[in-house]
Amino acid sequence: MAGKAIVITSGKGGVGKTTTTANLGTALAMLDRRVCLIDADIGLRNLDVVMGLENRIVYDIVDVVEGNCRLEQALIRDKRQNNLFLLPAAQTRDKTAVTPYQMQELVSKLKEEMDYVLVDSPAGIEQGFKNAISGADQAIIVTTPEVSAVRDADRIIGLLETEGFKEPEVIINRIRQDMVQKGDMMDIDDMIEILAIKLLGVVPEDENIVISTNRGEPIVLKPEKSRAGQAFNNIARRIDGEELPLMSLEKDTLLKKIKRIVGLS
Amino acid sequence: MKEGVIIDLLKKLFKNDKDVSSKNIAKERLQFILIQDRIKLSPGEMESLKEELLAVLSKYIDVDSSNIKMEVDRHDDMMALVANFPLKRSV
Repeated sequence: MAGKAIVITSGKGGVGKTTTTANLGTALAMLDRRVCLIDADIGLRNLDVVMGLENRIVYDIVDVVEGNCRLEQALIRDKRQNNLFLLPAAQTRDKTAVTPYQMQELVSKLKEEMDYVLVDSPAGIEQGFKNAISGADQAIIVTTPEVSAVRDADRIIGLLETEGFKEPEVIINRIRQDMVQKGDMMDIDDMIEILAIKLLGVVPEDENIVISTNRGEPIVLKPEKSRAGQAFNNIARRIDGEELPLMSLEKDTLLKKIKRIVGLS
Repeated sequence: MKEGVIIDLLKKLFKNDKDVSSKNIAKERLQFILIQDRIKLSPGEMESLKEELLAVLSKYIDVDSSNIKMEVDRHDDMMALVANFPLKRSV
């Protein structure tokens, strides 16, 4: 098997990289793909917590590269999907504990076993980011409709292109349609025009994300309960090669349009 | 409550939403910031580039210095600095 390695990155912190990685990984596993998630944020590990797997960690990525254990020993099998694995980051070390070359080796080994290897990149553009992108075949940039996040996304796109990534794609996270309609938030077209990049998907702001993170259960497990869950499921299917239209963020019915014009919504 | 709705309605009718909406401010600010980021120039360097270009061009042609525009466009894998130096109308 020769899987595909995808790095999930953003530049700015707090835009939803880890949530995106957890949900896309789970959603791809639900499509019967073999998936491994790598937490490349050494020193600030979090993917295990979002996945609800923090109590199962024995070894981590630094143990693997330093030869304290075999790769298979460090992989944690997900509680819910038995074809989903996590390679956790080390919490007590820093980014220099792994080199880009070691990362590349790890990823290519995992690709032999998996359909997808998703790498959760740390924020920033330093060594941690460089580690995370080495070995990846493809890059997904997560951003939000905020000036600071878009600026950082643009910087990351530039860096990825310099590193030879052919067609990075963007996920616009946490969009609020009510604010977009009032003209108080950049819309999808604005952001795509500015970034000049292919759009992979849009995820609406959804308070269920907080609840699902509290529980350590990715929201795609219960997509019927949330728009964000549906959006992540759609994105996973797109990654897997399906052609899906963008989910409409809100049905713009005639009644709603009239209400908006008259000022009632 | 009702008064609030009516005031909102009046505001919507009388203000030009396009000009004041904060998303347009965000977009304009971003576009300006990205010029500097993309060609790695500080606002000061950008200004001196503009002035030096103006000085060179003015040796040969009459430039309308109040309407100069410079921006960086990105299309797929190409970036271009687009500078617009309008000419003074000859009297």
